[in-house]
Amino acid sequence: MASTGMKQGTNGWEPRIVAFFCNWCTYTAADLAGVSRLRHAPNARVIRVMCSGRLDPQFVLDAFARGADGVLVGGCHPGDCHYMEGNYKALRRVRLLQRMMKDMGIHEDRFRLEWISASEGEKVKTTINTMTERVRALGPLGLPERFAEWDEEMDGLAHAIAAQEEAVHA
Amino acid sequence: MPEKPKVAFYWCASCGGCEESVVDLAEEILGVVNAVDIVFWPVAMDFKKQDVEAISDGGILVSLINGAVRTSEQEEMAKLLRRKSALVVAYGSCAHMGGIPGLANQFDREQILRYVYEESPSTINELHTRPQTASPEGGHTLTLPEFRSMVRTLDQVIPVDYYLPGCPPVPRMLKAALDTLLSGNLPPKGTVLGPDTAMCEECPRKESKPADLAYTAFRRPHEVIIQPETCLLAQGVICMGPATRGGCGAQCVTGNMPCSGCFGPTSRVMDQGAKILSAIASSLSAKETEGIDRTLATIPDPVGTFYRYGLPGSLLRRKIADHN
Ligand code: SF4
Ligand code: SF4
Ligand code: FES
Repeated sequence: MASTGMKQGTNGWEPRIVAFFCNWCTYTAADLAGVSRLRHAPNARVIRVMCSGRLDPQFVLDAFARGADGVLVGGCHPGDCHYMEGNYKALRRVRLLQRMMKDMGIHEDRFRLEWISASEGEKVKTTINTMTERVRALGPLGLPERFAEWDEEMDGLAHAIAAQEEAVHA
Repeated sequence: MPEKPKVAFYWCASCGGCEESVVDLAEEILGVVNAVDIVFWPVAMDFKKQDVEAISDGGILVSLINGAVRTSEQEEMAKLLRRKSALVVAYGSCAHMGGIPGLANQFDREQILRYVYEESPSTINELHTRPQTASPEGGHTLTLPEFRSMVRTLDQVIPVDYYLPGCPPVPRMLKAALDTLLSGNLPPKGTVLGPDTAMCEECPRKESKPADLAYTAFRRPHEVIIQPETCLLAQGVICMGPATRGGCGAQCVTGNMPCSGCFGPTSRVMDQGAKILSAIASSLSAKETEGIDRTLATIPDPVGTFYRYGLPGSLLRRKIADHN
């Protein structure tokens, strides 16, 4: 489907990445590693979750639907989840969600899961940076703009009806 | 005698099943016909668009509109009925969430037109003729509605007051909804006129619904002999019950088939597909990517399975072209 207009909006555009980080590992790592002042980390808006297993796939789709260009999930390494199985659940959900999103036409580079322990501060930075660069190469996803653009096709009808009515009442 | 409240029925992109469900009111329909004045019902009565136009704005108490919205004509009728009606009810899965026609949102308009008018095995169309919105014919211009770029839910086209879920809604719920709307004791706008609990709650198999599952493969209904009493999820058959609103009386499960989700989600769910996807995926046995993917490969069509009735109304709405 045509997505005219999307490319014109790329001037001055910066990728917006929503990062869901597990409190016990990735979030701590990011904090300690001087990606500190997390909220201000360029491009990534970090949302702390108590476990990657708490990540509801609805959050991911909602983030995209509200204008995220990429979604990153960070959880504890296999075997290290504080709630035993949460990260395995996250991995399974992410795999199915990735397949579903691919079927819906969303590029796979926009959605990623990484295991990052509390001591891997460098990995947080490189993960955010590589993801930002990949998403930058893809350009904006811009779902809110697309939604508005899609529905413009209905405006013509509204005008036609209004014109007809004016003709009738004139 | 005081004037009876006016009621209108209309269909957009639908199969006729919703109309059938009105007729399925059986003897009860006589009570309805007695209580209201049906002013428009293309499938059953000979009223025309002009008859609707002649009614004062807001003069119809309630319009029940079924079907998804795909063409400019459907938009126009929906807008007309909205203006003429105090209340609009999105009737059935298609008006509510896009329904089966909404699965077309996995393809773009050009793909659909090319297939239907050129490529399908039963089509011979050497001139590549396509429907035109306007074509000159013997000094006149013939017009056709425009086929829009995607399927929409009714509330993506006009404001909707209430929703009656189901493919199709069950007559009992239609009767209850009409009684409610005629009583004047109206529920809050936006209400889905049905119970706000999951299908599993009313399922005769719910006692056998396992708390923990460890899937290594899923089975489609034709690949397995479904046991009549055990929860379908326990048999490896994807059942949408946990992510679907109750109200139908567990019709499909009672017929020994899985719920495919036609009542849509409860009010606490934003996206029915993502909700069931989450429940299904978290119950896999495998812990590493390869094993997980192997199990998930036994779900051949995730979008068609999880969004069978609700793609246009889902968070993503349609397939997009996301590439440079
Ligand atoms: S998952 Fe399906 S079969 Fe199992 S209890 Fe729920 S509705 Fe019934
Ligand atoms: S069991 Fe599910 S699919 Fe079947 S009628 Fe009820 S809600 Fe619809
Ligand atoms: S606690 Fe970190 S992924 Fe579960």
